[in-house]
Amino acid sequence: MSSSGSWRLAPGSWQTSAGSGASSHTQPPAAKGQQPLPEQPAASSEQPLLSVEHLTTGFDLKGRFAAAVIDVSFHVAAGETLCLVGESGSGKSLTALSIMGLVQPPGRIEGGRVVFKGRELRELPEREMQKIRGAEIALIFQEPMTALNPVFTIGSQIEETLLVHGRATRRTARQKAIDLLDAVSVPEPHQRVRDYPHQLSGGLRQRALIAMSLACDPSLVIADEPTTALDVTIQAEILDLLRSLQKKMGLALLLITHDLGVVAEMADRVAVMYAGRIVEEAPVMEIFSAPAHPYTQGLLASIPGGAPGTKLQAIQGTVPPLGELPPGCSFTPRCPRRFEPCPKAHPGTTLIGTPIPDPGPQIPDPGRVHSVKCYLYSDAVEPDIREARTS
Amino acid sequence: MPLLEVTSLVKHFSRKRGLLAPASVVRAVDDVSFTVDEGEMFGLVGESGSGKTTTGRCILRLIEPTSGQIRFKGEDVLSFSRSRLRLARRDMQIVFQDPFSSLNPRMRVGSIVEEPLIIHRIGSTAERKARVAELFELVGLDPTQLKRYPHQFSGGQRQRIGLARALALNPSFIVADEPVSALDVSVQAQVINLMMDLQARLRLTYLFIAHDLRLVRHICRRVAVMYLGKIVEMGETEAIFAAPAHPYTRALLSAIPVPDPTASKQRVVLDPSSFQRDAPLRQIGTGHVAAV
Repeated sequence: MSSSGSWRLAPGSWQTSAGSGASSHTQPPAAKGQQPLPEQPAASSEQPLLSVEHLTTGFDLKGRFAAAVIDVSFHVAAGETLCLVGESGSGKSLTALSIMGLVQPPGRIEGGRVVFKGRELRELPEREMQKIRGAEIALIFQEPMTALNPVFTIGSQIEETLLVHGRATRRTARQKAIDLLDAVSVPEPHQRVRDYPHQLSGGLRQRALIAMSLACDPSLVIADEPTTALDVTIQAEILDLLRSLQKKMGLALLLITHDLGVVAEMADRVAVMYAGRIVEEAPVMEIFSAPAHPYTQGLLASIPGGAPGTKLQAIQGTVPPLGELPPGCSFTPRCPRRFEPCPKAHPGTTLIGTPIPDPGPQIPDPGRVHSVKCYLYSDAVEPDIREARTS
Repeated sequence: MPLLEVTSLVKHFSRKRGLLAPASVVRAVDDVSFTVDEGEMFGLVGESGSGKTTTGRCILRLIEPTSGQIRFKGEDVLSFSRSRLRLARRDMQIVFQDPFSSLNPRMRVGSIVEEPLIIHRIGSTAERKARVAELFELVGLDPTQLKRYPHQFSGGQRQRIGLARALALNPSFIVADEPVSALDVSVQAQVINLMMDLQARLRLTYLFIAHDLRLVRHICRRVAVMYLGKIVEMGETEAIFAAPAHPYTRALLSAIPVPDPTASKQRVVLDPSSFQRDAPLRQIGTGHVAAV
């Protein structure tokens, strides 16, 4: 089979996933002329902290499998922030749950790999996974009120995390909890540690949740819309806090958001999701200065700005519902720049901006890669036709 | 004469604390005054708990204000009898924030839009059906979908249904309470465009309640900023964005995430001791007042 979409696999993982069932039916037909990269000898020091490869997750609905995350591949390096951007229903939260191994029936992971620090998480027994969850990979949810248990104090919930993962004894747990609250700038942590979640404001609750997630010194924090439920001034404080903690603790951050303002403030790199697929990935500067996918362009254009009173540039139509994806590229019905090949098959990945080394043995520096899934850039389409479309 | 004139509006909620303890009073809206001109989209901005929603509901008397005066088309809304108020409500409508909880899930969307016409006994059955189909087209929905239920529509479409219902009685004034904040950005733009389009076509006046300042800057010519129940700054949107006078407005504006990674970030943190909560509004520039 072809490997046109697989250029970004972690070194050494080629065989396994190219032969796995997941990629064989989710991969589009090979785009003619795209160059597969030569296989790399594994270099463990260059392995990203987390790499997700060809992840496909979905739901068994009425005897049919409806994929909500389709052939998603990305990686997060130690200490960096990757923003996963998309509208509701694009599959961003399900991607996070898949990484954590928290997908519940009727949801199920259909295929793909989640490699964290060189270990394939999907193959780990549940006991092992529990040690990783919360301790090495922490998850911060959108709604702090539902993520906290209303009948226990903030302190006892932080202490529980510490005790479960063996990071403190009963004697030291309380003091550690206070230190953690102090680290996330909760005022008067000695008093707050005895408060119940309802006694705290939304911003303080989110701080307490962050304190809890940091209790075991994780190396990766997955934050799923951590500020969406908060007011802008509180959001600004929480984002500042996340940024400073990241710097201090060397955290890698996978930040899931729909707000491009948050992306601009936080991200090193950006992956844009639409209808379950990552359609574009690039360093943050490039996403804003040279967005390539028509969906990314549309998202940026729809932000209020420009001359007051003028029409906003909306993307027509709505996100297709789960299990009813249109044929070919899922964005086709809403795309202002669609043309002949779009409804036929989903386009493969094309690298733009950074030239593919040819035929050199180097994998392009992942931090600088700009990739897009769109026929406007694909070698599968004759260059003169693309030219006419782009101009 | 302005279409709507709100003077010294006050709404206190009292909260019982226990059997013997005295009730505590929350001053949700505390001496708020502003006017909305005919055909204008007036922005009311603030964070949660600032009293902006309560203000909007007091104007329609969905909540009875504690004191103050509300004049709509020159008439004193607070002195209206029940039947007079019902008549007035034809002219002033509301669109709610959450398109998922504001539509009855057991009613077909056609009936939801038709309901105000039935309540106000307008038209024959056939006339009402025709009006509903017309409203559906007005807000960009397919009239063949009248028999569907709300859950069969997306968030943006539901908000269109909410708009169609609000427009059923041909109102001249609409309180839009965070009408797009539950929607995705790309869909937000569709609904906002529709609202601006309808404003021009039907000569509508909006009180646009929002927390998204980027959006308010784009669509509202004038804006009032609320903080803890009071208006702290009010005036031409451009003047306020160019030179915010009140410390709270400054903090609020600096907190908006700018969708530009090259933008320099200068966060202004609000220092509550830097201003007097009870300071009266005073003139800062032409059509620009602030409580400093």
